[in-house]
Amino acid sequence: MEKWHLMTIVVLIGLTVRWTVSLNSYSGAGKPPMFGDYEAQRHWQEITFNLPIKQWYFNSSDNNLQYWGLDYPPLTAYHSLLCAYVAKFINPDWIALHTSRGYESQAHKLFMRTTVLIADLLIYIPAVVLYCCCLKEISTKKKVANALCILLYPGLILIDYGHFHLGFALWGVLGVSCDWDLLGSLAFCLAINYKQMELYHSLPFFCFLLGKCFKKGLKGKGFVLLIKLACTVVASFILCWLPFCTEREQTLQVLRRLFPVDRGLFEDKVANIWCSFSIFLKIKEILPHHFQIIISFCFTFLSLLPACVKLTLQPSSKGFRFTLVSCALSFFLFSFQVHEKSILLVSLPVCLVLSEIPFMSTWFLLVSTFSMLPLLLKDELLMPLVVTTIAFFIACATSFSIFEKTSEEELQLKSFSLSVRKYLPCFTFLSRIIQYLFLISVITMVLLTLITVTLDPPQKLPDLFSVLVCFVSCLHFLFFLVYFNIIIMWDSKSGRNQKKIN
Amino acid sequence: MAALGIAMGGGNWFSALALGVTLLKCLLIPTYHSTDFEVHRNWLAITHSLPVSQWYYEATSEWTLDYPPFFAWFEYALSHVAKYFDQEMLNVRNLNYSSSRTLLFQRFSVIFTDALFVYAVHECCKCIDGKKAGKELTEKPKFILSVLLLWNFGLLIVDHIHFQYNGFLFGLMLLSIARLFQKRHMEGAFLFAVLLHFKHIYLYVAPAYGVYLLRSYCFTANKPDGSIRWNSFSFVRVISLGLIVFLVSALSLGPFLALNQLPQVLSRLFPFKRGLCHAYWAPNFWALYNALDKVLSIIGLELKLLDPNKIPKASMTSGLVQQFQHTVLPSVTPLATLICTLIAILPSVFCLWFKPQGPRGFLRCLILCALSSFLFGWHVHEKAILLAVLPMSLLSVGKAGDASIFLILTTTGHYSLFPLLFTAPEKKNLFLIGWKLSTSLAWGLWKSSVNLYSLSPPGS
Repeated sequence: MEKWHLMTIVVLIGLTVRWTVSLNSYSGAGKPPMFGDYEAQRHWQEITFNLPIKQWYFNSSDNNLQYWGLDYPPLTAYHSLLCAYVAKFINPDWIALHTSRGYESQAHKLFMRTTVLIADLLIYIPAVVLYCCCLKEISTKKKVANALCILLYPGLILIDYGHFHLGFALWGVLGVSCDWDLLGSLAFCLAINYKQMELYHSLPFFCFLLGKCFKKGLKGKGFVLLIKLACTVVASFILCWLPFCTEREQTLQVLRRLFPVDRGLFEDKVANIWCSFSIFLKIKEILPHHFQIIISFCFTFLSLLPACVKLTLQPSSKGFRFTLVSCALSFFLFSFQVHEKSILLVSLPVCLVLSEIPFMSTWFLLVSTFSMLPLLLKDELLMPLVVTTIAFFIACATSFSIFEKTSEEELQLKSFSLSVRKYLPCFTFLSRIIQYLFLISVITMVLLTLITVTLDPPQKLPDLFSVLVCFVSCLHFLFFLVYFNIIIMWDSKSGRNQKKIN
Repeated sequence: MAALGIAMGGGNWFSALALGVTLLKCLLIPTYHSTDFEVHRNWLAITHSLPVSQWYYEATSEWTLDYPPFFAWFEYALSHVAKYFDQEMLNVRNLNYSSSRTLLFQRFSVIFTDALFVYAVHECCKCIDGKKAGKELTEKPKFILSVLLLWNFGLLIVDHIHFQYNGFLFGLMLLSIARLFQKRHMEGAFLFAVLLHFKHIYLYVAPAYGVYLLRSYCFTANKPDGSIRWNSFSFVRVISLGLIVFLVSALSLGPFLALNQLPQVLSRLFPFKRGLCHAYWAPNFWALYNALDKVLSIIGLELKLLDPNKIPKASMTSGLVQQFQHTVLPSVTPLATLICTLIAILPSVFCLWFKPQGPRGFLRCLILCALSSFLFGWHVHEKAILLAVLPMSLLSVGKAGDASIFLILTTTGHYSLFPLLFTAPEKKNLFLIGWKLSTSLAWGLWKSSVNLYSLSPPGS
């Protein structure tokens, strides 16, 4: 690529913005007794360094699971162990068993931020750069602009607890799209073993690879590919879980920690269907526990079934990316125990389709940042939030000229609106509607942000503003779910004629 | 929606650059700030709470007012906005007061006043000839100049981390240079006079202005071979220039003259008791001189050539601001530094007088004056290197040879600013910014010099 210097500058801008944002306070700073996610990360380094592997996931006098117990898969634990070794080298007080609880100092903050930055630099950023370079049919300048927009996405900058899993998932997408299926699936298995939420992305991977195998013919090459993939997946899982495979109790305990089914349908305020629904009807109290699990399971799978079936029958790179979006979004909206930060799992695939539908992607990414507003305000990140959102919006608006790309064809809705026009001949104003919706949406988001920041909520309803934010975001996400599914389902003919298929 | 699209798109790269750097400045708000933050808070307090007659006498804090009166009036104006942020910062007794609102106000005031700098850069871009460049935006000299000036790494660290108000002051200087390029000499002279009364460090480059205006403006024509035509001297122009300078100075120093405080003001502005070198040595000639003196004294002690009792106990490297005597080499007086500086600027000033080359020659002389004063001046701050780096950016996009000199000057200049930030997170930060900006400089200059080498005739 001839514009290496431009890409370097973009990467450096991304790093600078990440570093300056990290100069702000971190989550749970100075808030005993539990502190926040920062303390959780430090605690995991303490646990993994000082205790033998067998005790990492078990409750014991040395390892109180109530105080930030380990609830991510083994790869996170190994990563914490690695960081702990470095910490031991610099200052053992940071990870001393029991005595280092709530340890806060400038040097330690620098250490934690550096580990996050290095993780991003080694895994996530190269994946983004390589992805943008591999995009087909756009000029080099557009590729660089695309990389800039992805790196400036506020959500991933403001929530900076190491995005190893997203980095690995991105390598997975890259591998699978470029026909390096084994490497891609290996990367994705590593991603799952890093954070179990990556399972949101697993169905599209599965369907796409399965579809590829079917396409190659199950009697010949396809079957070989299937076997190879299965072996890769099994091998990577065994490798990661080796220390925990020895006893059944170990494996079960880890699974119990990873999937806390006793915790309930949702916790705190999240832009999820269940949370929004509970404004009107308190489902958590009405329905029995196992029924809640079954309902969420059904809704999730019903909503993602059409897209996944289509992907299996007609595997294409474009369909794969869009299915990633819609599956992750379905999981986010309907699944069990969803955290606000899980929206990042949806944002990553949307970043990948930024070059294809810039207008809607930018809109979605803005809403996803907005949905995390209560969390970010709690961590006192208002100024970085405003600055990065403005920077991101300006970068996208100028790189892709999004306001000129709102015609039906640009929004990939042409085939859909043609079908609708067979029944409703007057359905010609789709793009107009969408433009007005965008305007209303932005105004609402800005107003809500202003209200949340300046006013105090009324006494009787202390959570009013967070609930409003969640509700509005949820409506947006439902709209996007419908939109992305429409694109996937109506993609039939244009999909085959497109030169973008690999 | 289409109108919004045109407003946003349209390739208005200048606004994008300006907005981008402003957003970066907002992100730098929580970084480390130096004692200069307290200095300016103190000055806000002094100008707000005390009458004018007390401004240059107030000494509750060690950071007394040592800038000319226009800057004091500027702080006075700011203090009227400050009272809406936090009334407590305007109390002279509140030493080292830095509530979060104070911090926010001060940082925003720097970011806001940088608007003048942005305007000045815009004007400078108009003076650059962009016809030789290629079609690519990133190869246009105007674009490169805007990046080099707006995103100047040194200015970012000094103003937005270390904390000072250099942005709008350099804006004034660049604007006056731009006006001279545009042949609006009176405005240029006026702006420079105003600038001098904001911060007198710009006296370093006053000889360049004086000689250029005298030679190229007051003598309205040249002989065919370029030498001076004495009978084209225009009294009107000289008088009008003199009048401008006189009026500006009267406005600035007049009130203090009336109060009979002029000696006090001058002693505050030119504190020769502060010593040859600042607490953190500026990388100039006297730093080498001191180092040599130190080495020689150590060697002398080892070889028993010097008597340990005769050596002064205080050392120059202790980080304090005091007057010292050298041990081996002769001590340096302010007069000696002045003579050295004058000798250093003599060649360029002579060239400006005998062989004027229009505004470009003036700019070159200005840069040389700034560099000479930096190297040989008394009590020079490291930040003064910016005085040479920023105008050099203007020259560097014009000629390939200048571009290579600029690359060396700016890299070493910015590197020498590193000691200003001595907390660990900021060090990492500045490495990133510096690295990025050096990269952008490197490609920008390389590209522009490639263009210029291929398109311009040699020797132009």
